[in-house]
Amino acid sequence: MAQISDLPFKYRAFVRAYPYQRVNWRPGTQLAKPLSAARVALVTTAGFFLPSQTPFDQSFRHDDCSFREIPFETPIETLRIGQSSDAFDHSGIEADRNLAFPLDRLRELAGGGKVGEAAPRHYSIMGSIVAPARLISENGPEIARKLKADAVDAVLLVPV
Amino acid sequence: MLQSIIEKAGIATVSISLLLEVTRRVEPPRVLSVDRPLGYPLGEAHNPELQRTIMLAALDLLPRPVSDTLIVPFNG
Repeated sequence: MAQISDLPFKYRAFVRAYPYQRVNWRPGTQLAKPLSAARVALVTTAGFFLPSQTPFDQSFRHDDCSFREIPFETPIETLRIGQSSDAFDHSGIEADRNLAFPLDRLRELAGGGKVGEAAPRHYSIMGSIVAPARLISENGPEIARKLKADAVDAVLLVPV
Repeated sequence: MLQSIIEKAGIATVSISLLLEVTRRVEPPRVLSVDRPLGYPLGEAHNPELQRTIMLAALDLLPRPVSDTLIVPFNG
């Protein structure tokens, strides 16, 4: 299991001092139908974006709380990578975006009947956001509203 | 944090964690803990079978009711 102590020095301090905010989700929402009947959406923190979309802010401030909608039909290899953090090895997601945003795997699971269906829209944000307040107050709830509008039953979030 | 917002909105959520020390501070609803390096949440590039296996292990946690953070290790 990766540990905070594995991170480069500057990230160790960042992660330890990070203003983690707990959002009270209780009592929780369990999936009330079989997975084989559920509509599933993906969220990644890899900062992927479409060539037609505005890139994420890659400045050192790491305060870009925006998100990008990724349509289900998107060919995964066309996604650009906005996550510039050197806290982790990028070679895996550069070789295969599915590693952090498994759109192809979701298509296969839906095609094989393990998952009911894939949602029409999926979401990408940047990880390592220094000031997450706007994510919590605005962009997070907006993503949740869009998921509800698409009648999504379940979400898999994949950080890098 | 985003996971908790979505769960609160009435959608079942599960996330993959490579760094449990961080996950424990955020206290999301359901977590599959994967023992892989940072940058490799679904295991390996171009290994669809492993990626599917990890993904299904995570999705299988969705029907579980939670009152505190549920953390399940991926054994594979």
